[in-house]
This record gives sequence, C-alpha cells and structure tokens, in this order.
Amino acid sequence: MQTYFIELSYLLASILFILGLKGMSHPESAKRGMHLAEFGMLMAIIGTLMHHEIVTYTWILAGLAVGSVVGLAMGLWVPMTAMPQRTALSHAFGAFAAALVGISEFYKHGGHVEPLIMGALGFEVMLGALTTTGSLLAFAKLQGLVRGTPMTYKGQNVFNMALLAVTVGIFVYLIVVPGSMPLFFTMAGLAFVFGLLLVMPIGSADMPVVMSLLNSYAGLASAATGFVLSNKVLIIAGTLDGFSGFILSILMCRAMNRSMTNVLFGAFGSAATAAAGGEQEGSMREVGLDDIATQLAYANKVVFVPGYGLATAQAQHAVRELADVLEKRGVTVKYGIHPVAGRMPGHMNVLLAEANVPYSALYELEQINPEFPSTDVAVVIGANDVVNPDARDNPTSPIAGMPILEVDRSKSVVVLKRGQGKGFSGLENPLFFKPVTGMLYGDAKDTLTRLVQAVQHA
Amino acid sequence: MSHETLISALYVFALAAFLGYQVISRVPPLLHTPLMSATNAISGISLVGSIVTAGAQYNTISTILGFIAVVCSTTNVVGGFVITDRMLKMFKRKELVKKE
Repeated sequence: MQTYFIELSYLLASILFILGLKGMSHPESAKRGMHLAEFGMLMAIIGTLMHHEIVTYTWILAGLAVGSVVGLAMGLWVPMTAMPQRTALSHAFGAFAAALVGISEFYKHGGHVEPLIMGALGFEVMLGALTTTGSLLAFAKLQGLVRGTPMTYKGQNVFNMALLAVTVGIFVYLIVVPGSMPLFFTMAGLAFVFGLLLVMPIGSADMPVVMSLLNSYAGLASAATGFVLSNKVLIIAGTLDGFSGFILSILMCRAMNRSMTNVLFGAFGSAATAAAGGEQEGSMREVGLDDIATQLAYANKVVFVPGYGLATAQAQHAVRELADVLEKRGVTVKYGIHPVAGRMPGHMNVLLAEANVPYSALYELEQINPEFPSTDVAVVIGANDVVNPDARDNPTSPIAGMPILEVDRSKSVVVLKRGQGKGFSGLENPLFFKPVTGMLYGDAKDTLTRLVQAVQHA
Repeated sequence: MSHETLISALYVFALAAFLGYQVISRVPPLLHTPLMSATNAISGISLVGSIVTAGAQYNTISTILGFIAVVCSTTNVVGGFVITDRMLKMFKRKELVKKE
C-alpha cells in the first residue's frame, strides 16, 4: 500500500515535470508550468518521506530546513546580472548531492556492489564530482574571483586525457573486481580534480557552452542515481535535465560556428589564437554624445544590440529609459539578441525583461538581421564578437562562419564601449573602423543616462 | 539489480531522453535562462535519494553524507524554483508593461 502511494507520487511528479517543461515553450504558459513542476516536486518529497527504510526524521528535517533557508536567500536576493554565477553554484549543489548519495551507497555495502549497480554508481559519482568542482570554478570565474582568461600550460590536453583515462580505468576495474574502498575514493578524488582541469582552459566568452554542459552533467548524474536506486522519477527528471543542457550546448556551439571539441579543448581567446587577427586599416571615429542624441531623436527605427558589457555596467534599466523617451517621440525601438551574448543562454533576455522591456520587443538573430538595412541607428552596448563582420567577410578569421548580428548594414552604428581595448576573444573588430560606425567611450550606464537627457532636449 | 529492473530502467531513460528532446527543442531562446534554472531545479530531485540516505541510519557516515546531500539538493530545488518564478514574472507582454 505504502509502496503504491510512493510510486504514484513519483509518477505524478514525473508527469508534472514534463508538463512544466512543456509550458516553457511560451512566456505566458511558463509560469503555470513552473507551478505544476513545483507541485510535482512537493509530491515526490512527501511520497519519499513515507519510505519504509527511513527510521529517523531529525536529519531530514534539519537538512530540508537549512537547504530551504539557503535556497530562498539565494533565490530572492541574487541580482539578475549575477544569474550565470547563481546557476553555476546551483549546478554544483545538485551535482554534489548526487555524488554524496553515490558515495554513501557504496559505503553502505562496504564496497561490495554488484557490477550492474557499480556501473551506474561509478557514473553517478564521477559525473557528480566533476560537475561539482567544474561548476565551482565556473562560478569563481563568473564572479571575478578567478581571472576569466583561459589558463593553459604545455601538454594540458594530454595531461587531462591521461587523468581521465586513469579515472575511467579505475572505474572499469571496480566493476570487474568489486570491493576496493581506497580505489573507489581515488576515483572520486580524481573526478573532483578533473572537473577543475576541464574548466580551467575555458575563457569567459565560452561560458554559455560550459554552463549548458555542466547543466547536462548535473542532470545525468541525477539520472545515474536513479539507476542505482531503481527510482524512475530520478531517471526521468535527470534525463530531462541532461538532454536540455545537451541541446542548449549544441545550440550555443552552433551560434559560434565551433565544435564542442574546439570549445572544450581549444582554449579560445588565449594569446596563441589572438595573433591571427590582422592590423586594421583606418581609425576609429569617436563621436559626440549630442550628435548621437540628435541622430536617435530623429530616427525612424533604432535597434539596440546588448552584450555582456550591458550586464557588467548594470545598464539594462538605462537602456529601457532611453527606449522609452525614443518611443515617445515615435521612434520604433527593437532589441537584437545574439544567442551567445552574455555568459549563459538567454542571459540578455532576462536582463532586459527585468528592466520591463516587453518580450515582444526582443528579437532573435534570424528575425532582426533582415531589418538592419532599414535601421537608422544600431546601438551596440558592450557587445563585440557577436557583431564582428570578420566572422562573415574574412574566412581566415578565428571566428569565421559564426553567425553575427549584421549591424554594419544599418545606416549608422554607435558602439558604446568602456575603452579602446579588444573584446574577450582578443580579436580586432573591423566594425569599429567602418565609416558608418561612431564610438562612444565610457561606462554604458552613465552614457545611456546622459543620452536620455540629451534626447529629451533634442 | 535484476536484469528486468535494468531493462525497464533503460526503457524509461530512452523514452525520457526522446521526450526531453521533443519538449526542449520547442523552448524559444527568449526563455533559455529560465529553462536552465528550471531543469536544474527539477534535477534537484536527487533530493529523493538524499532523504532516504539521511533518514535510514545505515551508519554514521551515511547519515552525515545524507544530511549534507539533503541540504545541497534542497538549496538546489528551492533556490532554482524561486528564481525561475522570479524570472518568469519579469517577462511581460507589451500591454502589461504599458500599464505600469
């Protein structure tokens, strides 16, 4: 009877999770979908509390209480600009839990686990462990605790591969010859180290791919836990997460026209690849704030193209204010969002939504590109590689073939930039040297606020 | 684990993967960040395993590991859902934005 109740609660949870994710196909249905998923989670937890093996509730309730407080605090107070860091940290938590459950399961049996279960258990612990440390390092890079540039050394890939081979070797040995505690803990330890090594050579600009991959690994670790415990809801929820992350990472790679191998092992943005960019002809043209304000005020159509610089300058509200005064003057305002703008998939959309920009004004790459020729002013805010025309025009460029937002086709381009330096990839951007382009240096938020005032007086 | 259990688990895995692919590919790029935090929260379902480990009293070490696991996965679940809700509330239609 009890077992039926538990299994039914899991079945209900599985269905609600799927319905919840299905709701994500549109912003309007997404909210309701999430409530379904939350209810599903609650059901699964209540069902689990009836489990016959549970003899004491002290630690469970204490854990639930502590976790809820930390989770609530994180959920309520983290600013939207810090969303990538928060997500990375959350991946670490989830994966660490999976790894711990696996370790405890192994320990419970004194290491004598039958081969089939050992197979799943190994995956669970290895994926859980490497995702934990990998996500923590990604968090540190995103938060600025560690330098965001790729950390490379000679023979890095060979060393990483060797370490992975040893880890997997121990895993296979444990399946064939069960029972060795020390070997198991060595395997777990190596997986923790491997997570760090995997993320070390990856630069900040490639974070959207890494975030998606870690998302995928965290999910697969949960799915493996499901195999170990013969628990279907774990398998289903974990697999959904695993595949979601996997699809996202493929989409991100495609948006950069790079292979997964290249992103993971290419150490893009390090000194070696940066040398490929040639010297630019001409010079950058700095323009005055008032000129731009006049141009904007008398334009028919303005397209804003945000990049990570928008997030670092926290300029999302200032953009919206500028858009408001322009719209009041009858200017059509749209936003062009590149899939890899920012540090995680969809980063820019969330920031602009936070600033009350209606989602109907946010356009994807394929939708907005045909509109640039009829755009009077394209305003690039802290974006660089995603608007680099070299990706389209120069086949020898390291980013050749990457789909870009073709702002250079519009009648006039204004680039808001902190300084004259290069972008994260270290590439020269010919857009900045084109005759249609004017550069406005300074903090994006400050510049935009001054533009708002200038437009109001124009 | 018997072979039948393994096979049925593989069935579930394969079907969930297929379904996941179908459902996730329909999510627009607009919602990719909420999608990631939602799937992340859902995969915090490993909480179910953590709860049993923390409450079953196999041995002290298991209980300690289980307790930490419950804390971590609850943080994951609660934080993930709260922030997904928060994000989704911000996505507004044009008419709703104008009213404010």
